[in-house]
Amino acid sequence: MDKLVTILICLPFVMAVLPAIIKNSKARAAVVYLCGAIVMALSVFTAVKWAMAGGKAMDFNLPYTEVFDKIILVGDFLLMFLIIYLSFKWKKGIISFLSIIQTLLVAGIELFGPEVEEKAVIHMDWLTFIMILIIGIIGVAIGIYAVGYMHGYHIHHHKELTDRRSFFLAMIFVFYGAMFGLVLSQSLIWLYFFWEITSVTSFLLIGYTRSEEAINNSFKALWMNLLGGLGIAVAIAYAITVQGTANLYDVISLAGAHNAARGALIPIAMLAFAALTKSAQFPFSGWLLGAMVAPTPSSALLHSATMVKAGVYLLLRLAVVMNNNYVGQMVYLVGGFTFLAASCLAITVSDGKKVLAYSTISNLGLIVACAGAGYQETVWAAVFLIIFHAVSKSMLFQCVGAIENTTGSRDIEDMQGLIMRFPKLAFILMIGIAGMFLAPFGMLVSKWAALKAFVDARSALMILFVVFGSATTMFYWTKWFAKILGVNPNKSRDLTKPNEYISMFFHAILLVALCVCFPLVSKYVVLPLTGEMYGNASAVISQGNIIVMVIMIVALLVIPTFCYLLTRNAGVKEVMAYMGGDNAGDNVRFLDSVGEPKELQVSNWYMEDVFGEKKLFTPSVIISTLIILVLLCTIVGGAF
Amino acid sequence: MTDLQIRILVAVCYVVLAPFIAGLLDGFDRKISARMQGRKGPSIFQPFYDIKKLFGKQFLSAYRLQLVLVLTYMILVVMTGVLFYAGLDLLLCFFSLSTAVMFLILASSATHSPFSSQGTHREMMQMMAYEPMVLLTAVGFYLACDTFSVNEIIKSDIPAICYLPGFFVGFVFILTIKFRKSPFDLSTSHHAHQEVVKGVTTEMVGKEYAMTTITEWYEVVFLLGVVGLFFITSNPWSILWTVAAILAVYFLEILIDNVSARVKWQLMLKLAWSVTIIAGGLNLFILTLINR
Amino acid sequence: MAKIEKSPWLLHYDGSSCNGCDIEVLACTTPVYDVERFGVINTGNPMHADIFLVTGGINSQNAEVVKQIYNQMPNPKVVLAVGTCACTGGIFKECYNILGGVDTVIPVDIYVPGCAARPESIIDGVVQAVALYKEKQKTWKKEEKTEKGA
Repeated sequence: MDKLVTILICLPFVMAVLPAIIKNSKARAAVVYLCGAIVMALSVFTAVKWAMAGGKAMDFNLPYTEVFDKIILVGDFLLMFLIIYLSFKWKKGIISFLSIIQTLLVAGIELFGPEVEEKAVIHMDWLTFIMILIIGIIGVAIGIYAVGYMHGYHIHHHKELTDRRSFFLAMIFVFYGAMFGLVLSQSLIWLYFFWEITSVTSFLLIGYTRSEEAINNSFKALWMNLLGGLGIAVAIAYAITVQGTANLYDVISLAGAHNAARGALIPIAMLAFAALTKSAQFPFSGWLLGAMVAPTPSSALLHSATMVKAGVYLLLRLAVVMNNNYVGQMVYLVGGFTFLAASCLAITVSDGKKVLAYSTISNLGLIVACAGAGYQETVWAAVFLIIFHAVSKSMLFQCVGAIENTTGSRDIEDMQGLIMRFPKLAFILMIGIAGMFLAPFGMLVSKWAALKAFVDARSALMILFVVFGSATTMFYWTKWFAKILGVNPNKSRDLTKPNEYISMFFHAILLVALCVCFPLVSKYVVLPLTGEMYGNASAVISQGNIIVMVIMIVALLVIPTFCYLLTRNAGVKEVMAYMGGDNAGDNVRFLDSVGEPKELQVSNWYMEDVFGEKKLFTPSVIISTLIILVLLCTIVGGAF
Repeated sequence: MTDLQIRILVAVCYVVLAPFIAGLLDGFDRKISARMQGRKGPSIFQPFYDIKKLFGKQFLSAYRLQLVLVLTYMILVVMTGVLFYAGLDLLLCFFSLSTAVMFLILASSATHSPFSSQGTHREMMQMMAYEPMVLLTAVGFYLACDTFSVNEIIKSDIPAICYLPGFFVGFVFILTIKFRKSPFDLSTSHHAHQEVVKGVTTEMVGKEYAMTTITEWYEVVFLLGVVGLFFITSNPWSILWTVAAILAVYFLEILIDNVSARVKWQLMLKLAWSVTIIAGGLNLFILTLINR
Repeated sequence: MAKIEKSPWLLHYDGSSCNGCDIEVLACTTPVYDVERFGVINTGNPMHADIFLVTGGINSQNAEVVKQIYNQMPNPKVVLAVGTCACTGGIFKECYNILGGVDTVIPVDIYVPGCAARPESIIDGVVQAVALYKEKQKTWKKEEKTEKGA
């Protein structure tokens, strides 16, 4: 097992060299496919092998741990120099201080601080299992999609940009390695290193196009994530100097003990803070929205598979010690608030990717809130949210990317009648959207469980956040969904590459399969997980209801088909839609007052004056900052 | 009879009888409304005549797939009611109802007709306005009876309304939106004074419109069932006052319909959400405080 | 009249009328005349209408509109021309822009004369339209088929 894990973490880093040095685009594509397939196979093999071996939590060291320790120390400094160089190059020198402080802090403590007991550095359990599968399957599928997408991106749409595809694909492989490392390590120092790698690669990917907007947004992402990194650095420093350990699970069990020291919550709070920045909760949501300037695979990758999931992964680790204390309160208040605020904001934007970004923030908010509540039921819900969100969101991002490459626009208003123009893309988009909010698909089941868990916890404020958030979520998805169906007389050619379709259909099938196999996933994966964390495991939604849900899923697939067959031969006479009798021969034009045909535009509601970004964004940032500041002060102050 | 048999029987009764019950209620609605306006009004069987006529009409359509979507909408609503009357999970029923309404929205927006699209957008707005209270109602029952299961809720000894007066007020408030009654008949109306022609149902011709109407009836019976849930207890006599309460609520809706003028969507959203927060939220806070 | 035919839904279209007839049509829905007791609903949507009630004459601008609305009504349907203008063009007949009565563009089934037509006669027209509607219910499918065959 230890060798397998070593290969899993190191191989993607090594593979990253290949696309970087191969300049021929055909050969590079082949290499990326091959490497991607290897990574996917390896991750699935590792995960399955572990599960087959009984699925017991395992702690172990990698071979040559000392060498890795050295590499990590050097790596920390390399990252720091890279950040310093880039931030001075782009005249944002001030940001490098954040990096210098935290790197020196961690390195200083590690080298000159008190000796800590040697412990195993790798931990493997059910949560790791799920994360490895998400990174390995979803992440790699996005990588495969990226090859075709970046081709279209440079050849058809952005001829003016320098073609840096080699760099892009290399960065994606670095991402895989860092993410595998992050979810597997139990040493905080290792965790910190991989955390920083994900921050830096995301920074580099956001700035891919090197336009002014991209550079600004990439630095915004960098400083926010470095702030989170600083949180981890402080947690490490505190853990080593005060608690005498550098192990995540020791820190957790120290805080969870009955006679816990008063300061034991400080590292937990710091880690939770870091996780909040990474999972783009308010007030740190700006970086995720800014990340939308990057080419789609990187925004999909950033969203669904890696970056943001790293944050919620860490929070789920901490969930056991966040039940009923100030840290948990901070986390679930911020999460619940973000869920509501981001879904309100999503109503007002018409840029498809931005809607997805806001919905990501909002869904992460729900996951964060579940983790922060720290009950077994909420963790159950959170894990399901992570799984379903990863699949449906990466599918949606890829689909919007493909639509943008084909039509040249990702505005929702331009997707009118997509089903007539590009039925395949529209079909995928509809499955993805349905997966995000419709009963009985995955996200809604998780929302149901979350609601039930909050009711069990008698948390009135959270209940209100969830019910209002659900209503606004429903609104912005519905209006997008309704836009796709409809009439559009303009025809054009579908430029989507076959490999993009492979990835998208793969996701679609995966999503439907997950929904249908919901009871199985719950029983064999998620319940063992919560059992592992809480000692006992009971299903949140009773088996009977889950079966009803599965029946509903099948019904939702069968009923429209059945109705279609039933009505296929209904004697229908086609007429024009009613426009006061003034249609100019079809459903999209009417005669104006002087008898000239005019085109009819049907536009959605965005309600900028009610939920507008200008109106809500700043207050949301202020409120969430206050929540975090007040509770952090309470936690730190309460310790002394 | 066993418990299961009774539940299946009730569900079957719902499927068979709901359109007749709601159709009659609709007939009484039109009669009572007419009397309130000083008119004689049509026969109380008028809704059934309308349905019969609509099924006999020629079938025109501006969008072929519309019929599929309308039919799916109908089946899903019926399924929702079956889940409810078979005594399953209340929250599940509400989720399934919103999925069903999605299909209505798809059916009406697919035609690209301006009036129907406008109605659709308003329908979505209405959904956003009532959805929090609907979910909150389920939460309220869970707090009062410690279960989401309808079958368990009806076996409680004290009617849920004793714990949930605020939730009841909120739910009756959003029922006005759900029943498409003035002042909230924004997306479509049962009367002809609409500036959006017939809103969501504008492009639905003949049997499509008939099916939408029948679906609405199924929905009405389901929602009135939820109203009844506030009153029913394990005591068999409670059915009497439950039916009385349901009729009273329905009469109240007719009264509101006849004495109020339509409002703008901004006001509707504000009112619905404020009532949800004030009535539902306050009740929720109190319940979570006393019932830990 | 058997009860089952009691569901005639009206679509009221105002051509080039002086609005006199329109006011009388609306008067029919007031408590004094209350056409709803016959199940009449004044709908605004051709897709839902059974009886096309036109007031006023046809001019060159609304001719196409009237034709289109007529085509958007599902069979069986009855056209009712209310008022002298709708029947023949009336006092406006000689105007440069008037084509004539409603029957210049679509087939009219029932003519209700009067300037303005009185509510009683309008209701009488509607009742006759309902009777005709019942006839058409039996025959429209056959007609449709022969149309298709031809």
